[in-house]
Amino acid sequence: MADGKPTTFTLSCPVPRVADDRIVLAHGGGGRLTHQLIEKIFLPAFSNAALDQRHDGAVLPLDGLTTGSRLAFTTDSFVVRPLIFPGGNIGDLAVNGTVNDLAMCGARPLYLSAGFILEEGLEMETLRIVVKSMQEAAAKAGVKLVTGDTKVVDKGKGDGIFINTSGIGVVESGAGLINGFERARLQPRRGGPKKKRALAPEGRPLAAIGPASVQPGDAVIISGDLGRHGIAILSVREGLEFESPILSDTASVWPAVEALLNAGIEIHCLRDLTRGGLATTLNEIAGDRNVCIKLEEALIPVDEVVEGACEILGLDPLYVANEGRFAVFVPETQANAALDVLKKVEVSRASVRIGKVEESPGRTVVLQSRIGGNRVVDMLSGEQLPRIC
Amino acid sequence: MKFLSEYRDQKAAEQLAQAIRKKVTRPWTIMEICGGQTHTIVKSGLEDLLPREITLVHGPGCPVCVTPIELIDKAVAIAQRPEVIFCSFGDMLRVPGSSRSLFDVKAEGADVRIVYSPLDALKLAKTNPERQVVFFAVGFETTAPANAMAAWQADHDHVENFSLLVSHVLVPPAMEALLSSDSCVVQGFLAAGHVCTVMGYEEYIPIAARYQVPIVVTGFEPLDILEGIHMTVSQLEEGRHEVENQYSRAVRREGNRPAQERIAEVFEITPRQWRGLGEIPASGFQLRGRFQKYDANRRFPFSGEPAHESPECIAGLILQGLKKPHDCPAFAVKCTPENPLGAPMVSSEGACAAYYHYGRRQTHDVHSELPSPASR
Repeated sequence: MADGKPTTFTLSCPVPRVADDRIVLAHGGGGRLTHQLIEKIFLPAFSNAALDQRHDGAVLPLDGLTTGSRLAFTTDSFVVRPLIFPGGNIGDLAVNGTVNDLAMCGARPLYLSAGFILEEGLEMETLRIVVKSMQEAAAKAGVKLVTGDTKVVDKGKGDGIFINTSGIGVVESGAGLINGFERARLQPRRGGPKKKRALAPEGRPLAAIGPASVQPGDAVIISGDLGRHGIAILSVREGLEFESPILSDTASVWPAVEALLNAGIEIHCLRDLTRGGLATTLNEIAGDRNVCIKLEEALIPVDEVVEGACEILGLDPLYVANEGRFAVFVPETQANAALDVLKKVEVSRASVRIGKVEESPGRTVVLQSRIGGNRVVDMLSGEQLPRIC
Repeated sequence: MKFLSEYRDQKAAEQLAQAIRKKVTRPWTIMEICGGQTHTIVKSGLEDLLPREITLVHGPGCPVCVTPIELIDKAVAIAQRPEVIFCSFGDMLRVPGSSRSLFDVKAEGADVRIVYSPLDALKLAKTNPERQVVFFAVGFETTAPANAMAAWQADHDHVENFSLLVSHVLVPPAMEALLSSDSCVVQGFLAAGHVCTVMGYEEYIPIAARYQVPIVVTGFEPLDILEGIHMTVSQLEEGRHEVENQYSRAVRREGNRPAQERIAEVFEITPRQWRGLGEIPASGFQLRGRFQKYDANRRFPFSGEPAHESPECIAGLILQGLKKPHDCPAFAVKCTPENPLGAPMVSSEGACAAYYHYGRRQTHDVHSELPSPASR
């Protein structure tokens, strides 16, 4: 005003600077920023009748359920580093992981919850990418994300994003049970866990899809090649470069399971081959059922680049994590039919039979090597460590 | 996979096994030097293909196994210093010291990192100038060139906050120590292919002559090992004791000269303690001359408690081929990969680990896992 000119200024309160490029603590505080986060990022991505209520929980219709249907319920937490990796990110992983856990129960995935723990300073763009992937994965798997929660922790107290997803699915009447199963074959195996069996309405014994139904004589089928997810993660973490990049196999495997159920295949057990890989999964089943699982190394598919990476790092692809692969146990007589069904579904196009279940030696996984010798495939002890030379 | 599946071919393996069966007329004991070869043998079930007359015993070629316990204790003490980033190849981490392993102190907050190359550790030193970066330089002649290169590069780039805790060991003196022992049972050797890739095999010629023992430089794939056994058995049956090269696709007689020159520039020969075997004269490398400023031993003086080995561990006998892991009463009972009594149970090249993971046929308990890095 020193020069006598009137000062011009606009009459408006200074709007608090909204952090819109990074997560700040207030995004988890329950106030305006939390609401903005929900409205700008989560609701547009996941919008559905239950979520749009913005209530404390989701009230879900059960009209689709028929008599005899049962619910499957599961939960899983995702803490992967890096958040974004070749072939996916923590978002689609968190959806597919829980969808697949439901699928392994023979359940059609219906609803998911998502709990986000975000680290202060996380770039909003990263969150957008992750949420978009979740949206796409959920749409692809046919699940609705119906309730959620967001917390923000101080910088240094998290690793960008942690996600927990829980899922509800429905095991449709008759599905997930072993049809026409004979009582004699359902007796608990010697040394195995003794479980009471429920009876189906028509008096037939029920056997759920699961390790308890694995029998000597079953064929072991896997839904594709092994090790892609683990090596994709490792390649980024360790800065390894390959001629052709290895993409994570993260995917919903429900379409494959649904096809098996629709085709009336007598599924004894389904297991996804996540942490610990094929070897760990099979050891758990062999141990639970006191059976021997015999594999042939030459039949187990591993992509050449994955195999090369494993050779360099001293890792065994049998122990490397997968996120879109599962093992299915079916009676030998149904193995070919199951393979025919699986090969018609995109996610399990490369399914192969890799071995069989035998009586003895119990609690053992044996692998016939490519040169024809035999060895035990053990449970993983700790993590696989890169070797010296 | 190219250059891999050819060496795991069942038909060729059966032909080689048949050739061995045809050749053998009496019992022979053959030692594979390298732990990598031991793992191939057990992992591929290769002994199923061999005639009963052939006994394979497993040699001392596991760098993790022969690193003295005093040095593990020293590594643990250095890693606990707040200013230190301690870098190591992965399979040293689980090796038990007198009371703790590097994994244990990592869980307690020490900055212990797995690297794939000593040059990665040097890079860490450059990007963390306020920290002291120490690399655990263990191994046979195979890893010596890379470790020599790291010291050389540090010197060239004037990196001050980098050092090496060196425990390098050499194969030929260990072979001589085994052969000159009264209890030696070994009649022929499969020499370690990758060691010879660096060093060549001329230095084995006097050993073969002096101890009248065939030495066949052998690779690491199942067919390599079967062919190496066939060549060794042929020599034994024909009364020859020569040095032959099965692994000719990687090994030349003179080895890798530039690598040898770099080793000679950075390291000098020294007596070394071998875990389970004791001191062997002129059996290791230490930093020489102007590179001694990168010696972590000098930079971080250590006066710990005297080291003590588990009295139940028979690693020494296993590393000399006098016992097999199955012969140890603690094997898979008191000594497991989760609670090891000795290094051979945790190293990826250790004989006990190979037997534990691939060789047990009896039922076993499911062991709890260590936390694994997140992949989900």
